[in-house]
Order: sequence, then C-alpha cells, then structure tokens
Amino acid sequence: MGYSGFRVIKEGLFGQRGWKPVWRDPEPKAAYDAVIIGGGGHGLSTAYYLAKEHGLTNIAVLEKGYIGGGNVGRNTTIVRANYFLPGNAEFYSHSLKLWEGMAQDLNYNVMHSQRGLINLFHSDGQRDAFVRRGNAMINQGDDAVLLDREGVRRHLPYLDFDNVRFPIYGGLLHPRGGTARHDAVAWGYARGADQRGVDIIQNCEVTGIDIEGGVVKGVQTTRGVIRAKKVGIVVAGRSGQVAAMAGMRLPIESHVLQAFVTEGLKPIIDHVVSFGMGHFYISQSDKGGLVFGGDLDFYSSYAARGNLPMKEHVMDAAMTLMPVIGKARVLRSWGGIMDMTPDGSPIIDKTPTEGLFVDCGWCYGGFKAVPGSGFSFAHLMATGQHHEPAAKFRLDRFRTGVGLMDEEGTGSQHNLH
Amino acid sequence: MRINCPNCGTRDRREFYYQGDALALDRPAPDAGPLVWDDYLHNRKNPAGETRDLWFHEAGCGAWLVVERNTLTHAIHSATLAETAIR
Repeated sequence: MGYSGFRVIKEGLFGQRGWKPVWRDPEPKAAYDAVIIGGGGHGLSTAYYLAKEHGLTNIAVLEKGYIGGGNVGRNTTIVRANYFLPGNAEFYSHSLKLWEGMAQDLNYNVMHSQRGLINLFHSDGQRDAFVRRGNAMINQGDDAVLLDREGVRRHLPYLDFDNVRFPIYGGLLHPRGGTARHDAVAWGYARGADQRGVDIIQNCEVTGIDIEGGVVKGVQTTRGVIRAKKVGIVVAGRSGQVAAMAGMRLPIESHVLQAFVTEGLKPIIDHVVSFGMGHFYISQSDKGGLVFGGDLDFYSSYAARGNLPMKEHVMDAAMTLMPVIGKARVLRSWGGIMDMTPDGSPIIDKTPTEGLFVDCGWCYGGFKAVPGSGFSFAHLMATGQHHEPAAKFRLDRFRTGVGLMDEEGTGSQHNLH
Repeated sequence: MRINCPNCGTRDRREFYYQGDALALDRPAPDAGPLVWDDYLHNRKNPAGETRDLWFHEAGCGAWLVVERNTLTHAIHSATLAETAIR
C-alpha cells in the first residue's frame, strides 16, 4: 500500500476508513532461516536489510511486547553524525546517509528534520576540543561549522548570553543533525520488512536459546519452539538476560536515562541544542512539546524510571542556559533502560556460539544508529563478514584492550559513561 | 533513593558514588589469565532484580559499602561496610 498526498486527501473525504494495518500478525512458523530477538528499531532495521540487501526473507522478528513500545518509541529522537573516534565516526556517518534516504527507501514519512544541531561551549578549552571534533567530522566527510558567540546568537537569540558563571563562547553547528519521528521509524521498518516477507511476531518472548555442539539451533518462546539457522540478539537493555540464555555474560550494565516533555508550545526552539556545562539537551517536537534530557542516573537499574536528583540537575541546567522556557510545564518524564558498555561504544559481533550474533551496547545513543546498526548487523549475519563501517565494534576489544572507543575520554570502565 | 549507611544513618543517594557490581571485591590472582580478568573487569551478570553492588559514601564518612538492592524496584535492602564483606 503506497502513501501519497492524493491518498491522504481521498481518505479524508471518506472518513479515514480505507487505511489498513500495514503489517501482518502471523503465527510463528516452526523454522526460519534466521530469527531476530527483539523488535525494537535495531531489530526491525536488521530484518529489513536482511530482506532487502541480502534476499533473506524466511526470517522472523520476535518481540515480547509490541512494535514501538520500547526505547525506539521513548527517546529524544536526535539524529547526528558528530563522533570523533575512528570506528564511531565512519559508522555514524554511514548511518546518517541511510537516514537521509530513509523516507524514500521505505516510502514512509519518518519526519526526518535536519534542523541543525548546536553543541555549545563555554571556555577556551572547550572551544579547542570542539574545533578538533569539527575537523574530525569534516575529515570524515560530514559537516561542521564553528560558530562564535555572535554566530550562536543569530541562531539561538533566546539563550542567556550574560550568564556570569557559564558564559557562551560559541558552538559547533552540525547542519545535517536533527530529529526524526521515532514511532514512524519503527513502523516504517516494520512495514518495509513485512512487505518483503518477514514475519513480525509480537507478544512473543524468548525464554531460551537452543544450542547443540556449539551451534545455535533455535529459540524457545512463549509461543512455542522456533528453529533457526541463525539467531541475532538485539535486545538493548535486556542483553544481559538474553545472553545468559546462551551461557554468556556480556560487557553490559543496564542503567537508567531520563527524559522529559513539556506541554505543547508555539515554535521557539528551531534546532537541537546541547549545553556544555551541565548535562542538558533539547529540541522541540512537531507537536510543540519541548523534548529534553540529561545524563544517566549512574546506577544499574531496570526500573524504567529515575530518581529526583537527575531531574533537578536537568531543570537547573535548563534554567541556566535558557530561562525563557522556565514557565513551560513538564507534561511527563520517563526512564529508559540503557545497555552501557565499559567504553561507551557499541558491539556488533559474532559470539562464541556458531550462528549466534549480538548487536548491543548502544548506551544512550541508539536511536540515531537504527539504520546503520541494522544495515551492518544484517551484513554480518548474512555474510559472516563484518561490515566495514561497523568493523571496529568488536566484543573482544575489552579483553584485549585493542580498539577501545572511549569517546568521552573518561576510561574504559563500567559506571564512567 | 536513600541508603542506610552503617556509620551515618539513612542518607540521600546524592551523598554516594556508585562503583558497580560488588564482584569488584573478588579480585582474581594476577596470573589468573586474560579471560578471568576480562570477566572481572568487564563482563557482568547485570541482573534484573536483586543485586549487590559497591557504593562509596563520598559526601559522608568516606566508607565503601556493599549495598543489596533491587534493580527493578529501586528498593534498598541493606548496606554493610565493604571491609567486613571482603572474604
């Protein structure tokens, strides 16, 4: 079923009765060529690219809840490619290129808005660091523009430029950065995968992974046994539990990250803006709500809600940077379960079990990686070869110490990212 | 979230620094090999439910604590001095 402006007008004239569900609700088959555990953004895009790029259509995505009900539908929707380190830089650069063609590719409006992302800096030292980062982004083939104080003022006149403690020295503008409609990304990939024959099976929780002689044979689920030649684990915050089913422990600790939305307001924040002297970043959704978030609470948690100290910090930072939003009322806040690795960078790799693959460790940055992660993970699952842009996301880098990607430069240790 | 420090009494979570899983107390032998050290430094059980981890009372008495708590509910069951927990 295609979408077009004509179709929208036609359905509007006939009471919107012509729309149909855009993916099937199939019963699980007894066996598949490949099974993806986890129907989040990364799992759905993996299935889509397995079908589209590699012709693997006898595959299933197993989702314990419903499509769009996890982190993919509960994030701050930011899409960017402003990473510094080799490994991350080429991966996110590739992912952003996929974003730029996504709506056409899926024929589904994901509302990808390249409104520009501005990271503010507040000291000479921070300026130097952002100059270096900007050069790295340009070397990677992406875009970066250094703004001085007046340059920032032209874009963001509403900031508190006269803050005594945290004066604004300037900002690094990433013009191709922006936001997208997170639910639409999940729905678009689900629809695209379904159209190519992928079975998307919701309310189907994996309870065990069958391994014989070091080779994966299939999975046990709440809807019966499903045999599979290949199994991909793409379960974000729940990676620890699913890996345990295969007798593995992963370098993952699950933490809580909070985000906030205000009531709908008239357009005021045109970009994605991040504060350099406190953990606070913000954009405005198309419905008008201010969407903003902060740092981790910094303790392991699956509670899907955070504590008050981080809320207070985020609100403090918001009022320091842009007191103009002080009267906006916060509508809701929530906490997501983040699969944190020691170095803060992800993992796309094989496991010691033949036919079992893992895609995890997206920390607090998984949304922008949705297309790139799926593309690269599909490549690995289909061909057995690492896809070049994601070739450095190796599981063994922690054991060997070779190829760690500590983007923040704080150390490769749990609790530091 | 509040933690009941054995030295100071019940204090706000902000007084404490979270270190991570209390397996940090079970340091392997120096020659235990890279796989054992990889497990110790990086690989985690990462439980959804009861957990046992290390917190540092940095804005209080400066003691290291072993805290038993639940990662699904944020309930804190007990906090004991780490120096008494080392076997």
